[in-house]
This record gives sequence, structure tokens and C-alpha cells, in this order.
Amino acid sequence: MATTTMPTRSQPSSLIGGQLPRWATPTVGASAVAAAFALNLTTGLAGWFGTAIVAALVFLVIQSIWSFRVEGRRHAVDRLATTLVYSTFVAAIVPLVSVLFTVLVKGLAVMSWAFLTDSMRNVSPRAEGGGVGHAIVGTLQQVGIAAAFAVPVGILAAIYLVEYGRGRLAKVISFFVDVMTGIPSIVAGLFIFTAFVLGLGLERSGFAAALALAILMLPVIIRTTEEMLKIVPNDLREASYALGVPKFRTILKVVLPTALAGIVTGAMLSVARVAGETAPLLLTTFLTQSYNYNPLEGPQASLPLFIWDQITSGTSASVGRAWGGALVLITIVMLFYITAKLLAARFAPKG
Amino acid sequence: MAESSTTTSTSSISGASVRRGDRAFSGVSRGAGLLVLVIMAAIAAFLIWRSIPSLAENTGNFLTEQSWNPDGDPSVFGIGALLFGTVVSAIIAMTLAVPVGIGIALFISLYAGRRLSSSLAFITDLLAAVPSIIFGLWGLEVLLSGSEGIQVWLNDWVGWTILFDNRLDLYGKSLFLASLVLSIMILPTVAAVSREVILQVPPGHKEAALALGATRWEMVKMAVFPFAKPGMISAAMLGLGRALGETIAVALILSAKFEVNWHLTEPGGNTFAANIALKWNEAGTTGLSALIASGLVLFVLTLTVNMVARYIIARRAEFSGAN
Repeated sequence: MATTTMPTRSQPSSLIGGQLPRWATPTVGASAVAAAFALNLTTGLAGWFGTAIVAALVFLVIQSIWSFRVEGRRHAVDRLATTLVYSTFVAAIVPLVSVLFTVLVKGLAVMSWAFLTDSMRNVSPRAEGGGVGHAIVGTLQQVGIAAAFAVPVGILAAIYLVEYGRGRLAKVISFFVDVMTGIPSIVAGLFIFTAFVLGLGLERSGFAAALALAILMLPVIIRTTEEMLKIVPNDLREASYALGVPKFRTILKVVLPTALAGIVTGAMLSVARVAGETAPLLLTTFLTQSYNYNPLEGPQASLPLFIWDQITSGTSASVGRAWGGALVLITIVMLFYITAKLLAARFAPKG
Repeated sequence: MAESSTTTSTSSISGASVRRGDRAFSGVSRGAGLLVLVIMAAIAAFLIWRSIPSLAENTGNFLTEQSWNPDGDPSVFGIGALLFGTVVSAIIAMTLAVPVGIGIALFISLYAGRRLSSSLAFITDLLAAVPSIIFGLWGLEVLLSGSEGIQVWLNDWVGWTILFDNRLDLYGKSLFLASLVLSIMILPTVAAVSREVILQVPPGHKEAALALGATRWEMVKMAVFPFAKPGMISAAMLGLGRALGETIAVALILSAKFEVNWHLTEPGGNTFAANIALKWNEAGTTGLSALIASGLVLFVLTLTVNMVARYIIARRAEFSGAN
């Protein structure tokens, strides 16, 4: 960065140059919306979605032309980009908020203490009542077992890649971690089914499901941990080495604590992600309508399978229960997130 | 690299026990790394091993046949329609989600104020974990009717492209609807990963650009994109991978049919993953094997996508805060 070239474009006469007035954006916005509604009436453009898109386009065009004439090309492009960035955010938040809102409203309709603790035992699909207690137990156990496998292995693998791995092997492993991130969840289920059920001749069980979930968690944990370890400044490592601390102690006492917040957050995020996986569970467990506290034996329910079962039953009572299950599932996932964030904030080393 | 200087320093100071600890720890961590390779190899091996019986029995063309009857006599099945539906829906989803996702990431990390940005980041993080089955439920109960207007409009105005031409005037459980839901599903993933890399852009680069008189967009173009590009490609890759293999949402939304239909808004469509989920519990021995064979194709497909994406990233020099 030793030599930098000044922009050669000649400056306008004043120091600041031409600028759009402050009222420009709201005015253009209002006229764009008006134009969109007018088009809506003439072309029969249906729905608020199409109207919003047209309004955004009209806004972009008017603003760009105006800004181009007053402020010049560079600022016109800047305004265009800013508007696009803002509108992507709006366009994305709308469906996402809609998902959460729908789950909340429809889930609360069936929510009660009994819904959280009852199982579906002796409840027919058409009948009201029943609950997700058995599914909550199954989900927590399966995800817990998956995390118990994936988190330590993932962190160790990340340590290998960042601290020890040099040369060909590390490159190959790092490559396949990336590839593994893209493994579809259903393939993980197929693998555990072929290896565990067909290969070893064991029954489908909650444990098999947990193994499939662990496979999905592993690359996520490795990658997030890897990112965090890379961010730890080399100065810290060098200071530790300079004090005569051996490498593995440096990693355990200096590098890992520094990166801990990020690692915990990454692990929690991966837990939250697999907690809602349905496809691998569909292949590796059988659903039951009763409590089963033993993941090693017999069919075990889980929240995703419960929701799947209730939707496919298709009665109004069962679809209501599906939304209730969805609310419980989202709440559990959210608890993981909030705990992760609190832990991260609490233990993050300052400075 | 600081590591090169440290391998010599451990021996003289603390002696043999330290060396043993170092060796054990590096051995264990290397074992964990190797486990990744073992799992990947095992997935391929087991899927191949279990696909062979059905492939041997199949009397149809596995790649082009557009029907699925592996348990019948004779056994006939093929992935023609599955491959089409999977690839098309995933590509549409990625095309929609990547620009929007990067826009969100830019908005959160560069355009929004400091206080707003941290809560917005939390929201996108949270939404990345909304389970696919919930998106499926939402797609069925909200988006199915909510997107009819846009589909009718597409049919009226760009119907000549065939893609959006709806010959039945029936707007329901279509491949297009599945693609929309997929794009929304992969959006938080794309946004979250892009945001991570944008946040890693050295502030000095951004400040230097602004100090030279760059507008905010020029700063993004000159300082942020060059640094964050590999990460953004990896974000798109994660999104595509998720869309290709997404199962339950698609299984709920599609009304599964075994035909290649370029009229995307018409009911029908099917994907590898959805087909496996829907057919799994009713499949016989050959049926399971056939589903595993289709899963193997899905595995190879995602593997290829990821390898290509990874190759693109590897061509760019990697630099992080540590170096």
C-alpha cells in the first residue's frame, strides 16, 4: 500500500459536490409505491408480492436516474447498491418472520402442560389431546449422544488441522471436511442404516439415529472450530512457547481457552441444526407413540418424526399437534442458541 | 509460520515427558482427523455394496428410466426424473438465495448500525436452525396459497419460456414451490457464512478504501469482495449442498411424480432425497437396495459439487487473521 493513486476524475466545483436533497428517498419511495399500485390495476399483477417487487424496481430506476444527473455515476451506483442491499434484507426477513409467526400462533393453539408431558399412547389420529413428551425425551437423548461423539472428535480434528497438520494428509483431510459438510442428511441416514442395521444386523434404534446425527455434526464442528483456532493470534502461541510451555499445553491452556467462546457457539449451533433433522431419523429409527427412555433398544420417538407422523396423518387434530410439536422443537433449538450466546458472552476473553 | 520454530524448543527444556505428551496429543488429534476420511470412505463403500443387488436385478435403464418399481416382477426403476428434479430445484434455489444471502450479510455487517447489526445477526443465526420439517409445514400451509399470485403472473407474462407455462392452470405442490422453499431454507446458511467472512475483512482495508474517497459500494467492491470471495463461494456451496440433499421439506411439498417436466409450476416433481424418504418404509429388499442406489447417486452428485467448489476456493490464496 506504499503507492496509492488519487482518483483522477475532476471534482465538482464545491467541496462536497452535488447531493440529492434529504427528502429525495421518501419522495421517490412514495411515488414508486403509487406507480406499482397503478401497474397492479392495469396489468392485473396479482398479490402483494408482485406489487412489492414492481415498487422496488420503480424506486431503483427513478432514484438512479435522479442521482446520476445530480451526483454523478459513482454515487448513483452507490445508491443503487445500498437500496439493493436493504431490499434483500427485507425480502428475506418477510418469509422468515412469517415462518416463526405461523409456528408461534398455530403452536400456541394446542400448547398446554399436558401437551408437553403426555405421549400419543392410545390417542387416535382423529382425536384431540395427546402430547409430545415421548418425542422430547427421544430428541434430547439422540442429540445428546450425537454431541457426545461429534464434539470431542470434531475439536480434536480441528486442532490437528490448524496446529499440527502440515503437508499432504492435512490438505486431504481439510478437503474432505469441506466435502463432508455437503453430505445430505439423508445420505448419513442411509449410511448408518447400511452399516448399522444391514451390516451389523442390529435393530433400528435411537442410538442409530444419534450416530447419523453425529456424522452430520462432525464437519460443522470441525469447520467452526478451525475458523476460531485460526483467528487466535500467533503472538499468543509464540509468547507461550517463549516461556517454555510445550506445544500441547499451549494448545490446551492458551489456544483453546482463547477460542472457547467461538468453539462452544459452533458446537451449539451444530446441535441446534441437527436437532431438527428428520430424514436420517426416518431411515434409522421406528416411531413409537409411547415413552421409551432407552435409546439402545426398541423404537423411539423424536420431535421431527412426531411432526412428520402427525402431518402425514392429515386430520385437523393431528395437523394441530404437528404445529404444537413444531413450536416445541423451535423452542428447544432456540434454547440451544441463547445458551450458546450467553456462554460465548460470559467466557469470551476480552481484548 | 510460528510452528516451525517451536518443534525444536520443546526438547531441551522439559524433557521426555513433555515429548510424550506432545506426541500423544498430536497422535490423538491426527486420529480424529483421519476419522473423517474413514467415514467418507465407509459411506461410499457401504452404499456401493448395498446398491449392487438391485442394480443387478433392474431391467430398466437406471439413468433414464422414469418409473420406480424395484419390487415388481420384473424389477424396473431409474433415476431420470429424480436427477432432473433434484438438480433443477437446487439450482433455482441457489440462484435465488445467493445474491439475497450476500446482500443480507452486507447489510448486517456493513450497512446496519452497530446495535441493530448484532441483533439482526442473532436473528439470521437463529433462522439458520429452523428445522427443515418446519419449513415444509410452513410451505404447505402458508406459501402454497401465498405464492399462487406470483405463479399466475409468471404464467401470464413469461409463460413463453415453458418453465413458467402452466398448462393445467393448477397451482399447487410443484417443483417451483419446492425451489422457493429451498431458497428460503438455504438463505440463512448463505447469509451466516458470508457474514462471517465479511466480518473477517481487515478494517484497515475498508478504511483505506474510504479514506481514498471511495463510496461505500466501491469500498465493498474493492476491499470486501476480493477478501471475502472464497468464503462467499463456500457459502454458496453450503447452500447448494443443502438444497440438493434437502429431504423432508421437499417430500412434504411435492406431489411426487416420476416424470421429467420442464413446466416447473405444474404439480409434480421429485427429488432423490424426497423419494427415499417417501418410499423407505414401504420398500422390500430390492426396493431398499434401489433407494440406496439412488442415494449413492445423490452422494456422488453432492460430492462432485463440493469438490468443484472446493477447487475454486483452493485456487485463491488463503489468508486469515492468524497469518
